[in-house]
Amino acid sequence: MIQIFGNFLENLLAKDNLEKAQIFGDYVERPQQDEHLTVGFSPSAIPIKKRWRNNGLSADYIANYLATFYPINAHEPDSIDKLAEMKSAVSYIANELLENSMKYADTTALYPITLHTQIESNKIRLFVDNSILAAQAENFQNFIQELLNSDPDELFIRKLEENAEDENTSSSGLGFLTMINDYSAKLGWKFDTVEKDSPVMTVTTMVELAV
Amino acid sequence: MQVKGENYNVWYDKNNSAVNFDGALRLTGMQDYAPILQLLNEVASTEPPNMVLDLQRLEFLNSSGISMLSKFVIGMRKKKSVQMKILGSHSIPWQGKSLKNLQRLMPGLTLDLQ
Repeated sequence: MIQIFGNFLENLLAKDNLEKAQIFGDYVERPQQDEHLTVGFSPSAIPIKKRWRNNGLSADYIANYLATFYPINAHEPDSIDKLAEMKSAVSYIANELLENSMKYADTTALYPITLHTQIESNKIRLFVDNSILAAQAENFQNFIQELLNSDPDELFIRKLEENAEDENTSSSGLGFLTMINDYSAKLGWKFDTVEKDSPVMTVTTMVELAV
Repeated sequence: MQVKGENYNVWYDKNNSAVNFDGALRLTGMQDYAPILQLLNEVASTEPPNMVLDLQRLEFLNSSGISMLSKFVIGMRKKKSVQMKILGSHSIPWQGKSLKNLQRLMPGLTLDLQ
């Protein structure tokens, strides 16, 4: 039984239609029972240029917040360095995920961007969920397939070389490749369709970081 | 020569042929990085015998920024008369992780993490 008091408003999205979802890579989804933090944004509310500085602020906040759960151990001399490394990695990865979601969200869809974190004893998972235009989703899936079927190290250097040749390139997946190569992160994706007034295509990117 | 924004400052110091980077660079893409790339290319076009990129106070660089630096370094492979050096800091974790990639793109580049 649900009891409502005062001016309570709830707007639940019809989600969790897992039969239709497509999963790529090392995607892991766990029930939200442990410590977690979710930050939400409305991509259509203010222009991307104005919102951009929020990405860095949010990413640094999430990194500092997560640091609380991995206290410094005075008996381990390198634990301060490890903590600084973890904060730097989370700040970089969260910023990249937010930048991507701001660039590729379908602003006509009225679907929020959410960044969600899950904390386990020796790993952190970051999830960013956003809407995406069908044409962009196809390009994105092609890139994911290329990534999953390549040596990420070789692909990274090749993309850097290609970028240097091409004047107009904007989406090269370099953010994902740095996460894998420089931060040893595991990545996974879930593409789904959410039934609203008209169907909205969504993508959730998961990044798992060992700490 | 200088490119300055809300959270960053990039400038050329003629005395030691160093381009100094301060702050946090999170620009939206290659277009927004164009003024910084142009500054780097202008310095390189004077063909100094040594050119230093001093990143020791660059706390943050997003992947678009990494892409911009890579593009510059790849371009410098053709300028064999200029000895490239990148100065970084061990106390800024991203530099230990990501700067080595620039050396892979240009094996003649000196990478000095202090």
